[in-house]
Amino acid sequence: MGIPNLIFVVVFLAACILFWRNASKISRNIKLGMPLDRSDRKGERWRLMTLVAFGQKKMFSRPWPALLHFFVYAGFVIINIEVAEIVIDGIFGTHRVLSVAGGLYPLMLASFEVLAFLVTAGCVIFLIRRNITKVKRLVMKELDGWPKTDANLILIMEISLMTAFFFMNAADRSLFISGHPHYNVDIGFMPVSGYLAGFFSGWESSQLVFLERFCWWFHIIGILAFLNYLVVSKHLHIILAFPNVFFSRLEPKGKFDNLESVTGEVKLMLDPTLTPPPAPETPLKFGARDATDLSWKQLLDAYTCTECGRCTSECPANITGKKLSPRKIMMDTRDRIDEIGKNLDKGKKPGEDGKALLNDYISPEELWACTSCNACVQACPVNIDPLSIIMDLRRYLVMEQSAAPNEINLMLTNIENNHVPWQFSPADRLNWAQEK
Amino acid sequence: MSETITIKSMAEWQAEGKSPEVLFWVGCAGSFDDRAKRITRSITTILHHAGISFGVLGTEEACTGDPAKRAGNEFLFQMMAMTNISVLNGYNIKKIVTGCPHCFNTLKNEYPGLGGNYEVLHHTEFIKNLLDEGRIKIEGGDFKGKKIVFHDPCYLGRGNGIYEAPRKVIEVLDADLTELKRSREKGLCCGAGGAQMFKEAEPGNKEVNIERSEEILAENPAVVATGCPFCMTMMTDGVKHFNKESEVKVLDVAELLVNSLKK
Ligand code: SF4
Ligand code: SF4
Repeated sequence: MGIPNLIFVVVFLAACILFWRNASKISRNIKLGMPLDRSDRKGERWRLMTLVAFGQKKMFSRPWPALLHFFVYAGFVIINIEVAEIVIDGIFGTHRVLSVAGGLYPLMLASFEVLAFLVTAGCVIFLIRRNITKVKRLVMKELDGWPKTDANLILIMEISLMTAFFFMNAADRSLFISGHPHYNVDIGFMPVSGYLAGFFSGWESSQLVFLERFCWWFHIIGILAFLNYLVVSKHLHIILAFPNVFFSRLEPKGKFDNLESVTGEVKLMLDPTLTPPPAPETPLKFGARDATDLSWKQLLDAYTCTECGRCTSECPANITGKKLSPRKIMMDTRDRIDEIGKNLDKGKKPGEDGKALLNDYISPEELWACTSCNACVQACPVNIDPLSIIMDLRRYLVMEQSAAPNEINLMLTNIENNHVPWQFSPADRLNWAQEK
Repeated sequence: MSETITIKSMAEWQAEGKSPEVLFWVGCAGSFDDRAKRITRSITTILHHAGISFGVLGTEEACTGDPAKRAGNEFLFQMMAMTNISVLNGYNIKKIVTGCPHCFNTLKNEYPGLGGNYEVLHHTEFIKNLLDEGRIKIEGGDFKGKKIVFHDPCYLGRGNGIYEAPRKVIEVLDADLTELKRSREKGLCCGAGGAQMFKEAEPGNKEVNIERSEEILAENPAVVATGCPFCMTMMTDGVKHFNKESEVKVLDVAELLVNSLKK
């Protein structure tokens, strides 16, 4: 094993260990959420995951971005076969080890190049949409700062990785033609790099080797860096989209959960002869105040969110200028649970920092603007449910803090007293039958 | 409709020792809101015309608790739900038709977990079934060739995946049913759901129902059809806001059908 191989192994292992550590933290953070059973209806869940996560079905309600995204996604997944080769070559000092596939190898490489070209084109167009034509949902205020940088960085990284791939192949090809003993695999004329090879006609063999090695290292270190970048980025969706869709809510969207903690109490209220159950150790809390009051699925939702804004662009409240943005609800939830996780690392318990998701991140004004229309849930390509978080926070506001707007309180009082949300007498309920 | 229909309550049915085919759950808007009461009467006319025996709970009906639940008051919701469930189970109710997507959603999806299990249909589904079974027939009709747009109520469409039933009913009228730009899964809310109906909107630059009405009026329809008393209020206000109430009618699917029933 030569020095470069040793360096490679060290870098590779270090990157994997680092990723493992950070991924474990995210997994721990998600598990800070409340329990929820999503282990039922496995067959349906696999089908949904295949269609929605793998097949990106929901993306296609907007065909053009969906197509470009599909190129980038498919390209990125398939080109990872190339990464496998790089890893093997890196460890054992071989050259293009997959060329044992014989005649298939150039074909495979050629298809990678076509895909890589589509990835590059897709990313360039995405950069244009974000920075030049400024598609509304991609330039909204909630993306200022890190989220915007994050999005651009991802695109630039992907373009750089693909470019390195092309130049690596081009240099490799030139070296093969010049008869270099190590570069002994004939990859033939490649659909993209074949055209680049012309640039290097006057280059020395040593310069070409340098370029080839540079691109090779750039490509693999870039990918390892990218892997570790995922954990702080919205790009985490490339992994989490799959489990997130798998664990989707399968009920009709209009159905909200009935709080079990409430059921017991209401039964007691309606029938005082029942014996109350023993008081629970921790007092029951109704609704959610902080990110840890949400279920693990809601937290997984938050880590999966790609900040694409499809939800917000269909939200009636947001469309009409209200502060509410379902995307922001998801971003806030992730930021808060991340913060709680960081505090834990420093030995602080959740909530010890005196902050909470409600009020410090999400204001009642946002929560009260929601019409519970489910447009955001429908629009999300990875089945995220911002509405459920809005509802849980509202529940806390109303049941724990009695902090509903006045008109809402009036409506609630009417229901309680008159059994109708307005000030009518329950005795008049059948009057319509006599009227014309 | 000159014919008077006697509305029998479940208590009356029980006193006769009989039970009707279905319970018509009228809902609060359908019972108290003047505009929605007209929808309620259209639904009863259709039921009567089809020869469906039905009962209502009358003064024994109480709010399903939907607005309380969406406002975050789960206590009040479950209290209303359990009270209603004990009444419904007391009458041994099996099948319910409702005139409101919110009642429909709550009864159908949220009551089972609290002990209320019924077959629940929204009136547009129920009417579609009556048409399919030939229990009602259509004749002539005032809407032939007229341009009708359908505004999907959130709790019927996205909430429960019912997009086709109301459209099928409109189609039998030989009208020119036109889809809005935002329809079906992408339908835009009227702005009333989630307890918004009962409060002022948060600060913004437009009311949701104005945004929706603009989209609707751009199509120049003769009729905006819907299937929800709250959408009805919001759309009616929206059309009035643009002073278009003489050109554009806002009608429930049941009201569209009622004048074209074959005698
Ligand atoms: S459910 Fe609430 S947050 Fe989601 S789109 Fe509708 S109004 Fe917006
Ligand atoms: S919740 Fe879904 S639709 Fe909304 S920004 Fe996140 S990924 Fe996009």
